[in-house]
Amino acid sequence: MVKIADYSGKSAVANVREAIDKARAHEEFNAILSLTEERALERAAAVDEGKITGRLAGIPFIAKDNFLTLGGTTTAASRILEEFEAPLQATAIEKLEAEGAICIGKANLDAFAHGGSTENSAFGPTKNAHDKERVAGGSSGGSAVVVALDIVPFALGTDTGGSIRQPASFNGVVGVKPTYGMVSRYGVVAMASSTDTIGVLATTATDAELVMEIMSGQDTKDMTTLPDYFAPETIDSPLKIGVIREAMSDDVDPEVRAGVEKTLADLKAAGHEVEEVSLSILKYALAIYYIVVPAEISSNLARYDGVRYGRRASEATTLSDVYGMSRDQGLMPENKRRILIGSYVLSSGFFDAYYLKAQKARTLLIDEFDRLFGQYDALVAPVAPTPAFRLGENTADPVKMYLADIMTVPASLAGMPALSIPATVSQGGLPIGVQLIGPRRSDAKLLALAKQLEEKN
Amino acid sequence: MTQISSDDVQYLARLSNLELSADEIEPLRSDLENIIGYIEQLKELDTEGVEPTYQVTDLQNVWREDEIDNYGIDHTALLDLAPDAEAHQVKVPKVL
Repeated sequence: MVKIADYSGKSAVANVREAIDKARAHEEFNAILSLTEERALERAAAVDEGKITGRLAGIPFIAKDNFLTLGGTTTAASRILEEFEAPLQATAIEKLEAEGAICIGKANLDAFAHGGSTENSAFGPTKNAHDKERVAGGSSGGSAVVVALDIVPFALGTDTGGSIRQPASFNGVVGVKPTYGMVSRYGVVAMASSTDTIGVLATTATDAELVMEIMSGQDTKDMTTLPDYFAPETIDSPLKIGVIREAMSDDVDPEVRAGVEKTLADLKAAGHEVEEVSLSILKYALAIYYIVVPAEISSNLARYDGVRYGRRASEATTLSDVYGMSRDQGLMPENKRRILIGSYVLSSGFFDAYYLKAQKARTLLIDEFDRLFGQYDALVAPVAPTPAFRLGENTADPVKMYLADIMTVPASLAGMPALSIPATVSQGGLPIGVQLIGPRRSDAKLLALAKQLEEKN
Repeated sequence: MTQISSDDVQYLARLSNLELSADEIEPLRSDLENIIGYIEQLKELDTEGVEPTYQVTDLQNVWREDEIDNYGIDHTALLDLAPDAEAHQVKVPKVL
């Protein structure tokens, strides 16, 4: 697969044209919602003229369509924002552009990033890069597929409960979710503010590290960002690594477990100490997640009401119809499910039983992680219980769809960094990733471990 | 297991400012019942005396100077996004 280095030193205009041609040649995957050709070519010309320089000069990339970008629409894959043109750019985009990177378009996602398959997009599902009958994963499905298809060397995604890691696993690319607060979320469509993170999908850990380094850092426009800490590392002494026992049960596809076992063997061969550990609260993590996150979604999505921006229902004649009809027409069924669940768990009489209970359980989950990270440098687990499932296979049963997130939500709830790297390929030819999880602010060490594993393979 | 009625869905929809069409109610009702049935397993977990977690950064009271910063965005650019505007105001149908 192509790497950032393959584009370096070449004409930026040629890079951009090539990426756009490839994007058009792969339309059947429905991975891209819009191309920003005009702005991309203008910026590429400026790079070629030496007006813009930097570590990513002339490197094309694609952003998930929930990052606000100039030069086109930002839809969040929803009808309500179908024609929305942002007046500003996300800090992450600004930082990449300042290094000369060129955004060529926007990737498909589950509307408002609600989903794990990219089937909840208002503009149709994205297809898996390795099997067009299967899902891309999600919600950053389009971002994973454009990287897997070599359209661009990296793409941006968001990860609230696994939305970068799981599609990375399903398409055979590297996916990085940082520590909560490492990357500014200014200018990115909010989903669940206490777990939303911004990360990258790339073909190598080395490339992912560079992009994360550039995007990281405190931002006065996002008060939840942590003081700067990210600096690339290398592994120069053996680590203690735990494999999560509860994540390796018989409920997990044998080929997925085989991928984890292979990675454990590689880690041992690299001199690391590997032990089985227990994260007993894992079985409750998904229930915690599907209380906390819908609660936050129900308030974050209140802003899509057809008043200040986005599409207003044309037949609405009263203010309450403007709200109610614009939202009903502009949101997808999964958005509505999550809003209603959020309203339920936050409503009078149920708050203590659901929301408060979940936030207490979240403390127990964090305590278990902290205890493990007192003894271990990193944890290993599958990314998802199965390889990419078939399109339509889980759409009739939301709970079944949610279960695909069970391995990825714990790190999200705890604010821990986690990444997915390719581990193996199923007999049917489907990529399977493995997940590395570290303590907060260990992003660089996790990436160093991923780089080390990459060198072994 | 908690039963969710069509009226419950309508009530939650009102709280959420969602004007659902009639054919959306029943599928949402059964989905909500299944999802709530799943999250209810949390009741098994003993959380007696545990403090809730609302955020994970340990950052507290992030202050800034009380100075106006429009982040480089002109107010007319924001107003232009509104579906309807008049005299530098966002316009909505009559409320009363």
